[in-house]
Amino acid sequence: MTALLELRRVSKVYGSGPTRVQAVCEVDLAVDGGELVAVMGPSGSGKSTLLTIAGSLEEPSSGEVLVGGSALAGMTRNQRARLRRRLIGYVFQDFNLLAGLTAVENVALPLELDGLGQHAARSVGLAALDELGLADQADRFPDELSGGERQRIAIARAVVGDRRLLLADEPTGALDSVNGEAVMRLLRAACKRGVAGVVVTHDAQLASWADRVVFLRDGRAVDQTARPPGPESLLTPRPNR
Amino acid sequence: MSVRHALLALLSEGPKYGLQLRQEFESRTGEVWPLNVGQVYTTLQRLERDGLVESDDPAGDGPQKGFRITPAGGRELAEWLRTPPGIVAPPRDELVIKVLVALPVPGVDVHELIQVHRRHLVELMQHYTHVKAEASDRDVGLALVVDAELFRLEAVVRWLDAADTRLASAPAASPVAAPAEPARRRHRLKVRR
Repeated sequence: MTALLELRRVSKVYGSGPTRVQAVCEVDLAVDGGELVAVMGPSGSGKSTLLTIAGSLEEPSSGEVLVGGSALAGMTRNQRARLRRRLIGYVFQDFNLLAGLTAVENVALPLELDGLGQHAARSVGLAALDELGLADQADRFPDELSGGERQRIAIARAVVGDRRLLLADEPTGALDSVNGEAVMRLLRAACKRGVAGVVVTHDAQLASWADRVVFLRDGRAVDQTARPPGPESLLTPRPNR
Repeated sequence: MSVRHALLALLSEGPKYGLQLRQEFESRTGEVWPLNVGQVYTTLQRLERDGLVESDDPAGDGPQKGFRITPAGGRELAEWLRTPPGIVAPPRDELVIKVLVALPVPGVDVHELIQVHRRHLVELMQHYTHVKAEASDRDVGLALVVDAELFRLEAVVRWLDAADTRLASAPAASPVAAPAEPARRRHRLKVRR
């Protein structure tokens, strides 16, 4: 299977000389469709930088980034912008919904920006909300929704249309644990339908929703969890090693 | 965990048979605390002896014997629910000891050691989260039990994160303070043996 996101020996350096900072160092990461991967590390470990590179918002100093099998390095600025609009969805800690638009208008906006007509974009937006069980909130404005509901709308916006890669930066950071769980259930559900998801976080509870957790330290991927075993082993904690 | 008080809580809803009490106990605790039927009947006999429950057939025996809570049992349950669990000294935490003992050991990278334990804990948290994710939304008992375990494991991960950061910023030659004179040791945490 071709990975939807592939980072090959990706590094990022800011500044030079005495102010040189190596934010990311030779990270390899491949994420398949249907898989949710968490990148976990403390503040300053380079996880947000890694996410912006994966989302083509920033270029790596060295290494290669492939999204949907296409290398970003050979693309023009416009081609990258089109790829971002069509393939990549972002979820931020503070939701980033436009206050003057309803939920469905927020979800449909990226499609309209990509040239789809207003009615068609609204239909696709409604379908995305419906798939995630949010259809009843379509005509509500962000300030009429709770924080958890806003973040769920933001997830619908991130996966609307043919978006196949979902990138989330501390998506439950502004929510209490029960609302945070509802958001993670939705992210997981989106990935189960074939989207490749990457969540960066310092929070072990949030990371534990992922199929795989990659640990980042000082810009390097130092470790990762094994894939969780099947349900037969659940509720039977393994003995200490 | 007090099986005695859990049975009183179930009987406070109305009279029940022993087998029924066992099934309801397990389903309400997310089936993570199995209870054998002998344990249920032994506990019920003790509750009856203490006047906290009464049976419809004091001389009888067997699965068809029904039990109901007495007013004294109701008072005992109400008092137990509101009594804070015992405040005990911190247990001797094996993980804390492993990290402390590892510090002076030649050839051991304590950060790598911390990561080994962090990974193990996060894998365990993934197991529990998957249990919760696959369970029905209506299984509140299971969600509460799994949440309790997840919060406990998360606290250990957070301790490892703090230890990692603290050790990284500590002077290389002396990751922990040199032993103090006994007279100058002002604080000692009591540790449960």
